[in-house]
Amino acid sequence: MRVGQAEFRAALLDPAAAVPAGLVGPQGGDAGVRFDVYRNNVVVGLSRALAEAFPVIATLLGDHNFAILARAFLRRHPPQSPLLAEYGSEFPAFLAGFPQVRSFGYLADVARLEVALRQSYHAADADPMDPARLTALPPERLALARLTLAPSVRLVASDWPIVAIRRFHREPGAPKPAMRAETALITRPGYDPVVTDIGPAGGQFASALAGGAPLGAALEAAHSRDPDFNPTGCLSALIAGNALIALDEEAPR
Amino acid sequence: MYDASPRPDLPPAVGVGFKPQHFAAIAADPGPVQWLEIHAENYMGDGGRPIAQLRHLADRFPISVHGVGLSIGGEAPLDRDHLARLSHLLGWLQPASFSEHLAWSSHDAAFLNDLLPLPYTEATLARVARHIDQVQETLGRQMLLENPATYLAFAETEMAETAFLREIARRTGCGLLLDINNVFVACTNGQTDPRAYLADFPLDLVGELHLGGHDAQEDDHGAPLLIDSHATEVVDPVWALYAETLAATGPRPTLIEWDNDVPDWPALAAEADRAARLIARVAS
Repeated sequence: MRVGQAEFRAALLDPAAAVPAGLVGPQGGDAGVRFDVYRNNVVVGLSRALAEAFPVIATLLGDHNFAILARAFLRRHPPQSPLLAEYGSEFPAFLAGFPQVRSFGYLADVARLEVALRQSYHAADADPMDPARLTALPPERLALARLTLAPSVRLVASDWPIVAIRRFHREPGAPKPAMRAETALITRPGYDPVVTDIGPAGGQFASALAGGAPLGAALEAAHSRDPDFNPTGCLSALIAGNALIALDEEAPR
Repeated sequence: MYDASPRPDLPPAVGVGFKPQHFAAIAADPGPVQWLEIHAENYMGDGGRPIAQLRHLADRFPISVHGVGLSIGGEAPLDRDHLARLSHLLGWLQPASFSEHLAWSSHDAAFLNDLLPLPYTEATLARVARHIDQVQETLGRQMLLENPATYLAFAETEMAETAFLREIARRTGCGLLLDINNVFVACTNGQTDPRAYLADFPLDLVGELHLGGHDAQEDDHGAPLLIDSHATEVVDPVWALYAETLAATGPRPTLIEWDNDVPDWPALAAEADRAARLIARVAS
């Protein structure tokens, strides 16, 4: 009796399914628990990959609850490619839709932050530019200049204090998160990503820069969100994170 | 048919599976370790620490790239995107060796993250040979194919695994990677004799040997069921089979695999040292 890979795969991901007939033990009898070795390998391996990718979510939920969610997720969303470093990009949306945790609105955004951190970790390297190039320009030329951000830069905007929540669960003695909207700026000054809250207006500013807007236009975008926005903190975080790699001035017409 | 020497360019000495937590220890003193193996899929990102560490190590050690995601035994065509990523990695790294598994791991757009078993039939033979031809032609090099650790068998199987591997190598020109622990695990689970398996194995085609640890359980009938966990030391019966194999082959590149519950460097180096001493014994 032939066992196709579609049948094997279906039984692998469904613990209630019968072991395909045609798989046998050493005496030609039923495979029995021998098939469960493969089932277990898949669940353990992918659960481990998810726990490594989402350490803060695992801490927030506790190991037991995380294991339940991970199993439910991996059965519904097995990896699409052998690159496990990319596995779990649908996990935030899955958390947002999972009935038992849907009321914890921040979970999905913290998970998005963890996805972005991992992307930053594996992103291409780039040499930073000399930040003195910013201060060397007179304001009217600076407003027209465009900055290129490093490939490791990521932005995650949230209605929740995701940066403070992550910090609270990683650093002993970190302050209890206060309710506010935060935007996480991720930079990678060396090989380890660094997270900074730059606030919603800072997020508008950095996102406009990342989209290729000149500095002046990016500042206007931020001011539409917060008229008192000052770009110094955001630019300092980008410089400290080795995240500015080029400055281009508008070509003269 | 890829026509090249079946012996890859790894030194006939001991290597270990590289783990990032051992980077500093290896850089300071690799001990008996003369080459390193990496899992291809862990080095397919664009940059960052993994790639930087690999570049650094490749300056000092011959590297063996071991794939765990190509699904060479898959019923579906090979994933061309994945093959392209592999080609890119091998292109810049120029490793001493590339190996993959006689197994499947992907089906219908799902990667199942395990090395799943195959029935040994004419149809499987034709498919696996076709996929290996495609891999070797795309990569422009010979690959080694590894014997699997298996927990069950297929009623439809028509030939012995050793005969299957020999025929694959004959059709494609690929070399073989002989995992001694997998032989012990699969033969124990299948209630066959590992020495008979090794006596039947085409040892002249072996370009690399693997050693690793396994866990022991029992099946529904109380029969031993060994799990290829790579989470412990190599057991004595596997060391004995390894020593007997070396006596027949002479020194061959030998890898210690320890992928889960990874120990600190001295414990892994001690395993490597044990293999190095066995290799030295057969080197004349």
